[in-house]
Amino acid sequence: MKQVMEISAFLAFKEIWRNRGRFLLVALVIALITLLVLFIAALGEGLGNGNREYLSKLDAQLIAFQSKSDYLIGASRLDRDRLASIARVQGVADAGMLGASSANLILPGQEEPLKVALLGVEPGHAGEPPVVQGRQLGTKLSNEVIIDRNTALRSGLALGDTLEMRVTQGTRDEYYKLRVVGISGGQQYSLQPSIFVPFFTWDKVRPKSEAEINSSDPIANIILIKLDDPAQADVVRQRILSQVNNIEVATISETIQALPGYSAQQSTLNTQGGFTLFIGLLVIGGFFQIQILQKVAQIGVLKAIGTTNKVVAATFIIQIFMITVIGVLIGSLLTFLFSLTFPPTIPIVFNGTTSAIAIVALLLIGPLGGLVSIRYAVRIEPLKALGLSS
Amino acid sequence: MNAQTQPEFAIETRVVVKTYPSDFGDIQAVDGVSLQVRPGEFVALVGPSGSGKTTMLSILAALLKPTAGEIYLDGQNMHELSENDLVTLRREKIGFTFQANNLVPYLTAVENVELMLRLNDKLDKAGKLRARELLARLGLGERLNNLTGQLSGGQQQRVAIARALIHNPSLVLADEPTASLDTERAYQVVETFAGLIHEQQRAGIMVTHDLRMCEFVDRVLQMRDGKLVKEYTDKASIMKMVRGRAND
Repeated sequence: MKQVMEISAFLAFKEIWRNRGRFLLVALVIALITLLVLFIAALGEGLGNGNREYLSKLDAQLIAFQSKSDYLIGASRLDRDRLASIARVQGVADAGMLGASSANLILPGQEEPLKVALLGVEPGHAGEPPVVQGRQLGTKLSNEVIIDRNTALRSGLALGDTLEMRVTQGTRDEYYKLRVVGISGGQQYSLQPSIFVPFFTWDKVRPKSEAEINSSDPIANIILIKLDDPAQADVVRQRILSQVNNIEVATISETIQALPGYSAQQSTLNTQGGFTLFIGLLVIGGFFQIQILQKVAQIGVLKAIGTTNKVVAATFIIQIFMITVIGVLIGSLLTFLFSLTFPPTIPIVFNGTTSAIAIVALLLIGPLGGLVSIRYAVRIEPLKALGLSS
Repeated sequence: MNAQTQPEFAIETRVVVKTYPSDFGDIQAVDGVSLQVRPGEFVALVGPSGSGKTTMLSILAALLKPTAGEIYLDGQNMHELSENDLVTLRREKIGFTFQANNLVPYLTAVENVELMLRLNDKLDKAGKLRARELLARLGLGERLNNLTGQLSGGQQQRVAIARALIHNPSLVLADEPTASLDTERAYQVVETFAGLIHEQQRAGIMVTHDLRMCEFVDRVLQMRDGKLVKEYTDKASIMKMVRGRAND
């Protein structure tokens, strides 16, 4: 086996080196496919992350929705009575209301306001994001705000700054000022950077219809539920459903899957990634098949002089693997360099696991694409060297 | 056959038949050919197109199985060997030069020759030296590191000859080695080939349609319609045949 590998590696390397222009061209095609696959994966991750980041980082296991809202946060309305009922259920460690809406931040020196997700959370309860700078929210009615890292990056706001926010209430634009007391990690929600205010403050400053303006009873969208034992989620879920009327309860992942457009977006991007890999498979397979067709007589001579099929096959496998590895390395480097040029507004996230899966898939398409041509090469008769066939 | 005894013939065939099926009935490409070649003997296999000489060469090269008959190489009956054994036999005991596409184009002249040693796991320092010396003897001392594309047709054939001989095979087979060469080059190549076969005591069989090349061989076997129809065994009759055909 060692001798087979030595001869194969020798032949493979010599052929690549002496035809480096041709092989480099194929490696560059693989590099471009790598670039495309990694960007699609990063875009999928970025878009998915932009949609689910806040929810996936929640320190809660269950989410209560208004019944028949189909786990859609925007379609759900829950009052504080429900919060009290849920908090009393055995197995619930904590529960917090969450109100979700959007607002425009007026940034000095910029014509365009920054659109952000305005989230009302209960200070000290499930839903309030942990800060990485500054402090958590103070009282329930304070004019304080925690901004996420993306908001800070895109607005230039820092701890202690006062942000001005414009919302539409009824038919009028209202302006509110809030003081930045904390900056959290990335907490995008619905593809927007987020700001977090105390729930009652949120109820005061959120966009409202004319009818809602005079309502005194604050209404949240959902209730976030933290459990004593996350492993008991199914049991507690049933308990909540049996003890609290007119609600439905979902896990975090069910809620994420129900986010408007999330599943369709992810499956579209996954399909695109899959097709790109498939195209890569065809390109590599096609290249090596043409290469072998051009070398039928040469392979025939090699076999006639006593080269085994193992050596012929191993030579091609080594070549395919070398070219694929070189292509993927160039492609990964190009992807990294390109990614440095992208502003934070573009939802591209290079997640280690996703990128690793994409790279492994790319490394596999070479040998897979070459399988047909390797089979063909192994079946070439040495008689071809004499211009004959059996 | 006693394995201890050196067989008299390097290669021997007994009533070899090769039949191909066709829509018009079976075609007898080789029809009962028996021949023997001793070590150090250089034999030409001649005949018109379709006479069966290349098919016979393929059978001798263990590339094609005969329909009937027996072939012994160094006393070993090829019929008893498996496909893998035949590959090993070709690698260890047979040297080849072909009409075209002889060499591996991405290897240099010396790498092409060394390839046979590499395949036989005999590429040591002495083997490398021998490959260089052999190429130098063939007038390619200055072309060792040239790729085959940088060599002329004659130079390529000489590299192929070196490759065919470097691993000390019992049998050396050449399929139309002068087909793509001008007359002067063709004479040079065959003369060198014959010299090395005699000197190294290999059995050599050359298929050629160019009868002028037969003046360097020890025996000429003429084929027609798959049969061995005539044999020229001495220099005088060979030269007479060469001159006679050359005047045709």
